[in-house]
Amino acid sequence: MNAMTGTTEPAAEATPSPEPLDLEAAYRDSQVAEVLERLDRELIGLTPVKSRIRDIAALLLIDKLRSAVGLATGAPALHMSFTGNPGTGKTTVAMRMAEILHRLGYVRKGHLVAVTRDDLVGQYIGHTAPKTREVLKRAMGGVLFIDEAYYLYRPENERDYGQEAIEILLQVMENQRDDLVVIFAGYKAQMDTFFHSNPGLSSRVAHHIDFPDYSGEELLAIAHLMLEQMHYRLSSGAEQALSAYIELRRQQPHFANARSIRNALDRARLRQASRLFARRGAPLSRDDLQTIETADIRASRVFAEAGTDEH
Amino acid sequence: MRITQGTFSFLPDLSDEQIRRQIEYSLEQGWAVSIEYTDDPHPRNTYWEMFGLPMFDLRDAAGILAEVNACRKTFPSHYIKLNAFDASRGRESLRLSFLVNRPAHEPGFALVREEGAGRCLRYTTRAYSGERPEGERY
Repeated sequence: MNAMTGTTEPAAEATPSPEPLDLEAAYRDSQVAEVLERLDRELIGLTPVKSRIRDIAALLLIDKLRSAVGLATGAPALHMSFTGNPGTGKTTVAMRMAEILHRLGYVRKGHLVAVTRDDLVGQYIGHTAPKTREVLKRAMGGVLFIDEAYYLYRPENERDYGQEAIEILLQVMENQRDDLVVIFAGYKAQMDTFFHSNPGLSSRVAHHIDFPDYSGEELLAIAHLMLEQMHYRLSSGAEQALSAYIELRRQQPHFANARSIRNALDRARLRQASRLFARRGAPLSRDDLQTIETADIRASRVFAEAGTDEH
Repeated sequence: MRITQGTFSFLPDLSDEQIRRQIEYSLEQGWAVSIEYTDDPHPRNTYWEMFGLPMFDLRDAAGILAEVNACRKTFPSHYIKLNAFDASRGRESLRLSFLVNRPAHEPGFALVREEGAGRCLRYTTRAYSGERPEGERY
């Protein structure tokens, strides 16, 4: 009898392990591949960001399998901080993050609530707590994205209500970890001081992701992607002009990466429109409507300033 | 005497998981959920106190459930109900309402007879707990 139980017990324990777990099937079922692929296709550059997202996706997938075979799985804390210069894609990635976490079943609804200091901090005593709670309630089941989060903490004013908002955030981030994911975003230097002066916050944010600046080629690729989405294309001369433009613009102050490129393209569209309008009477083709010419880009202030600098 | 009212009056009290799923359903329908409490058990008492404002623009039940628990903590022996309001045109009324909390001990009602003119008798009910002032009833 003892011999019998001696043999059956290890067998019962071992039964789940011989049949191989289908990671491939879990990956397919989660449809996360599609999101990651889109991330690769639509977001140019940002290698450290993408690799971190891949890591998180892998962890969540493995955790799912672990829980399927009855291994312990602590839901990992996924609060994040996105730091980087303006226009490096922090908000865009946050939006994708909500979708990825939803596909992986980490958040239940997968919506993104984007807020700034104004939405969290009240104007008088006792106004902040309900306001912050309201926002947190709205973000439950999704991702709360706090843009320019360093404004929450104002060391120069010790009676600032921002501190109260931070305390409520901390409480919810800790106690309702599986109800929402909080992402803090902002410029690198300010965020560093922000986390430095709020150590409790820093230690509760598991992932600090830094968004690097884009290189010249990456910016050009981004420009192409934007134009494609807007159904425009560049003439061959315009293409050269644009890459020259990007090189010049990068050296100027207030360069905001992809955002500057978007603005430049918007201005080029304006110039294209008025160019076409100026020569009305002449026949217009579909091609004319979608082509941005060299002149549309060369007319930019950036070239004029660079020209005067040289002379 | 166990007092019942609202949509699920014929059922035993809902568990938290069942409450969560009812809230989930209400949010899917686009209804605004609100929480109300009272310690006056009379069935004709329609004036319940609001616990916070009605919650609009929510996507997930977790926020509302947290609010329900906060209300239970503040008023552990009050009646607490959850309402779901449908604001769509032509409806503009509650679609769902049920109790989520009740006092541990509910003494129930007495039948009161009032002698009228002639041999007429009028009947009414009076809650035993209603004899004490508000806030001291349970």
